[in-house]
Amino acid sequence: MSEIIGYIFIIIGLAFDIFGCIGLIRLPDVYNRLQATTKCVTLGTCSILFGTIVLKGVSATGIKAFLCIVFLLLTSPVAAHALSRGAHISGVKLWDKSVCDQYADDKRGKA
Amino acid sequence: MEKRLQGVRWCVGLLGISAVLLFISVYPIPSLLQWQSPFLSRCFFILMVCFALCLVRLMRGLTPADRAVAVDTLGILIVGFCAILSIPTGRDWYIDIAIAWALQSFIGALALAKYLEGRGFDE
Repeated sequence: MSEIIGYIFIIIGLAFDIFGCIGLIRLPDVYNRLQATTKCVTLGTCSILFGTIVLKGVSATGIKAFLCIVFLLLTSPVAAHALSRGAHISGVKLWDKSVCDQYADDKRGKA
Repeated sequence: MEKRLQGVRWCVGLLGISAVLLFISVYPIPSLLQWQSPFLSRCFFILMVCFALCLVRLMRGLTPADRAVAVDTLGILIVGFCAILSIPTGRDWYIDIAIAWALQSFIGALALAKYLEGRGFDE
C-alpha cells in the first residue's frame, strides 16, 4: 500500500516537472518563465522527495529527504526573488501585453 | 498569416511532446542498468525530456536572465533525479549529493542575480 502511495506522489512530481519545463520553453517573458519554473521546484521536486520518504519510511534515506525538502522550501523562493529582481534591474523588458509593473512605479516614485 | 503560422507551430510542439511522452510510457523498456523496476526507468526518461527542454532554453535564451533561470531550474531537476536514483539502488548517499547540489544551486542563483544587477560580489 505504501508503495502505491509513494509512486503516486512521484508521478505527481514528474507531471509538475514536465509542465514547468514546457512553460520554460513556451511562455513569452523572463518573469512568466520564472513563475512557471518556481511551481516546478516546490510542487515537483518536493513531491518526488516526499514520495521517497513514503517509500523508504523512517530510515537514513527518509530523514535526509525530509531535510532536503525543508532546505528547498526555505531557499528556492529566495533564489527566484533574487533572480527576478536582478533581471528587472538589468533592464529586461516586460512582455508587450503585460498589464502592470509595480516595481518600476516604486522606483520612479523614490527617484 | 502570422497568427496562422503561430497556430501551426503550437500544434506541432504539442504533438511532438505528447508523442515523446506516449513513446516513453508505452514502449517496453528493458530495465535500465539491470534494475528490477521498469517504472522508475520510465521516470528517468521523463526527467531526461525535462533536461532536454531546459537545455534548449539555455541555448536559445534571448537575454542573460533567461539563461540564469534555466540553470537554476536544471539544478533543481538534478535534485529530483538523485532522489529517484536512491530508490532502486538503496544507497542513501544519493540524497547527500542532492542536498549538496541544492546548496550550490542556491548560492549559484544568488551569485547570478548579483551579476545581473551589475554589482560586485562583496557589496
